[in-house]
This record gives sequence, C-alpha cells and structure tokens, in this order.
Amino acid sequence: MELLAALLDLVPLALLAGVVGLDVVSFPQAMISRPIVGATLGGAFLGAPEAGLVCGTALECLALESLPVGASRYPEWGSASVAAGAVASVGATSSSFPDVGAFAVAVLVGIATGWIGGWTMVKQRQIIAGFARPRLDQLAAGSRKTVIGLQVFGMTLDLARGTVLGALMILVARPLAVLVNARWSVGEDLSRAIIITAVVGVAAAAVWKDFHAISGTRRLFVAALAVGTLLVVVGA
Amino acid sequence: MPDTGLNNPALRTDTVSMPVPGTLPPPELPTALRLSMLLRCLAIQGSWNYEILVGNGMGFCVEPALRQLPGGPEGQPYKDALARQSVYFNAHPYLASLAVGALARAELEQVPAARIERFRTALCGPLGSLGDRLVWAAWLPACSLVALLLFGFGWSPLGVVFGFLVLYNIGHLGLRDWGLRAGWQHGLRVATAMGHPVLQHGPRYIGRVSAVLGGLALPLAVHRAIGGQPPLSPIPMGVAVATPVLAVLLVRLQGRAEGWRVVLLLLAAFVLYSVVR
Repeated sequence: MELLAALLDLVPLALLAGVVGLDVVSFPQAMISRPIVGATLGGAFLGAPEAGLVCGTALECLALESLPVGASRYPEWGSASVAAGAVASVGATSSSFPDVGAFAVAVLVGIATGWIGGWTMVKQRQIIAGFARPRLDQLAAGSRKTVIGLQVFGMTLDLARGTVLGALMILVARPLAVLVNARWSVGEDLSRAIIITAVVGVAAAAVWKDFHAISGTRRLFVAALAVGTLLVVVGA
Repeated sequence: MPDTGLNNPALRTDTVSMPVPGTLPPPELPTALRLSMLLRCLAIQGSWNYEILVGNGMGFCVEPALRQLPGGPEGQPYKDALARQSVYFNAHPYLASLAVGALARAELEQVPAARIERFRTALCGPLGSLGDRLVWAAWLPACSLVALLLFGFGWSPLGVVFGFLVLYNIGHLGLRDWGLRAGWQHGLRVATAMGHPVLQHGPRYIGRVSAVLGGLALPLAVHRAIGGQPPLSPIPMGVAVATPVLAVLLVRLQGRAEGWRVVLLLLAAFVLYSVVR
C-alpha cells in the first residue's frame, strides 16, 4: 500500500520534471524551468509550496551565476529544481519552511541533479545528431516529414530525459532526506543561516560580475544594498 | 560597444544590394500564418544538436510560410526552399524569429537562392550576440532578481511564481513576436531592425536596474529565508558579515571555481558533519 502511495506521488512529479526539463531548451523556454518556479511547483505537488519556494529561492541564487550564454555547458536547473522541491517537502506542512536536514539535502540534490542534467543534455544532443545523420539526404531533398519528425523526436527525447532523471533523483533523495532529518544535530537557526549564506554569497558575486562593468552600477548596487539592509532593520 | 556582428560585410552587402524586396512595401502577413510561425518558434530548439545546431528548427519554423510557394507543399520551389532553410544555423532562440520572418519573406518573394544562403549565413553571429546580451545576460537575471525581491517582501509562493513568469514572458513573447514581424517587414534589410535601441542599449539600462534590484533583493530575501529572526541578533549579523566575504572570494576566484561547485562541497561537508557528529 505504501509502495502504491509512493508511486502515485512519483508519477505526476516525474512528469512535471519532464515538462519543466523540456522548457530549459526545447519548448517553450518560458522559464518555468527556473528554480524558483520548478522547486515551488515540486513542493506544491506534495502539499508543501512554501518549503518548495524557500528551496527554489536558494537554488535561484546559484542559477544567477550560470547563465546559458553562448555554447557554454551549464547545469540543467529545470528537472533539478522539481526534484529539489520534492525533497524539501519532506517533513514540511503546507505553510511551513523546510526542515533543515531536508533543506540541506534538497539544495545538494538540486545542484547534483543540475550537474547530471547538464551531462544528459549533451548526450541527448549527440543522440539527436546520430538520428539526423542518416536523414541528411532527405533534409537536402526538402522533406517536410523529415523536418517535423526530427523536431518531434528531439522534443520527445528531451521530455523523456527530464522525466527519468527527475524520477530517479526523487526516488533516491527523498528517503535520504528522511534519514538526514532524523539525525540532524546542528541547531535549526544556525543551519539555515549557513545554507543561506553559502547560496547568497554566490548570488551577490554573480550580480557583481554581471553588471559591474556598466558605468555607475557599482555605486547603485552598494547604495541599494544599504537601503535593503535598512529596510530589513526598520521592518523588523 | 561590443561587436554584435552588424558590421559583417556579407550582411551589409546583402542589405544594400537587394533593391527589390527592400523597396517594395511588405506584403501582408496573415494572422494565422504569423501565429503558426510564432508557435513553432517556441520549439525552434527542439532538435538542437552539435552538427546542424538550430538548422532543422529554422526549417520547421519557416515551413508554414513556404506552403504558399507555387505548387504548394508538393511543388519543387517548396522543397528547394525547405532544404535551404534546414541546414546549419545558429542564433539566439528568441531573436531567431527575426531571421524566420526575414527568410520567410525572401523565400516567398523568390529571391535568388545564393543571395538567401549568403544572407542566412551572415545573420548567425549578430543574432546570437545580441540575444545573449539582451536576454541571458540582462533580462533573465533582472527578472530573477525581481522574483527574489518579491520573496523578500513576503509574497506567497503563487505570487512569486506568477509575478516572475508574467514579467519574464512579457519580454520573452514580446521579443519573439516583434522579431517575427520586424523580420517580415524588413526582409533582407533586417539589419535596420537589429539596430533597434532596445537591442543596442537595452542591456546597459537593464544592467543598471538589476544592480538596484540585486542590492534591494538580497538582504530582504536573506531575512525571510533565515526565518525572519531579529536582524541585530548574532546569527543574522553573522550572515551579514560572512556573505560579502564569500562573495568577494568568489569574485576573486572568477574563472577558477564556479560558485555552485563551491557550495556543493561546502554543503556536502556540512551535512556529513551534522549527521555524523
């Protein structure tokens, strides 16, 4: 019975990971594959949207650094963030933050899945090239069927890639998060602060690296940082 | 200003030596055809691969227009045009719609094949560079920072996700649609459209706005993510000191270590420590 319940949870999540993974490159690049969206959806599918959102925010800070510019190889954050959101929901309720153990594992799983996802995208592109090679003559003859067939093949493969990757990572990582949650020994506030410091440090560096070359932005960034900090102090 | 490839002689030669399509008013682009090509543009990278890159996707996007060639989908002009459009091509996926519009018009006006091929090749560089600068390096991070700011302001999960997606896709879909229409309107003189102020100066202005967004968003997002603890208590103060130190370290390590790899190692060590001790 437990296995059936787990499968019922896994199937829609895996499909979500597939759809969100498809959005990264193939279709429609509407950025539902950004971590802040994907992880929130992953958490929401398991009844914990707030935990998914917090996890998505952490991963979004990391994703700010790895922009898909040019031909660079980058982590595939789409399926990764759905898996991470699902892991962050372990032990959480609909309006609660993630438990710290699950949160730490979720961020780790997000990064690791993104890394593996980037590798699977490379393999997928090689498979598409292999599929296209024997059909180049048909392409050169202007075959409509071949053009559409190649497009459908590539997108189907991408959907399957994200679905399988998401399912595997969720299957492995959710039990791990339960285990880590049960054995977590560092204080909750301190643990959360350590995780957030690490990811926000990356985000701050990314913002600086992205925009510091534009004249005037350094001063704007520092001034806005001061205003933001003041808002936190005054708002509290 | 960075080189966007607009000075490419092949592109310039094509744009000034093409009197017929440039001087005639653009033919009307039927709404159904525009929507069909626009929808296909969303899937332009569906078969992206290391050999022809987005080439097959270009053929896929232009195909609905080619059906209007003499003889329809069974005619030789259709087959020749589809074959021409399905070879190697590279561009930013959003700005590729500019090429789709321009090439669709050129094919329907039956511009000589050699000229279309030369023009198509010349478009690759500028469309990649302009799109990377405007979308991946400016618009996407700006919207991402808005999402972090909304999170910092305490918005609900639905509000943050919806706010981000609506904002981002106004720019995304607007750019794709503008590209298709501008490409169709200008035809082989599309270099005029590529000189649009938003494409040329947009990244600089968005960069300034992003610097402000980043400065505001990070402290507010941190405050909420650590559970809204009193900001002058030891843990938030520790975060306020440690975060800039880590950021400076990562800026100095630029090119030698990516931040996500550093975080992966730090977090793995932290999880092990907390579980094993």
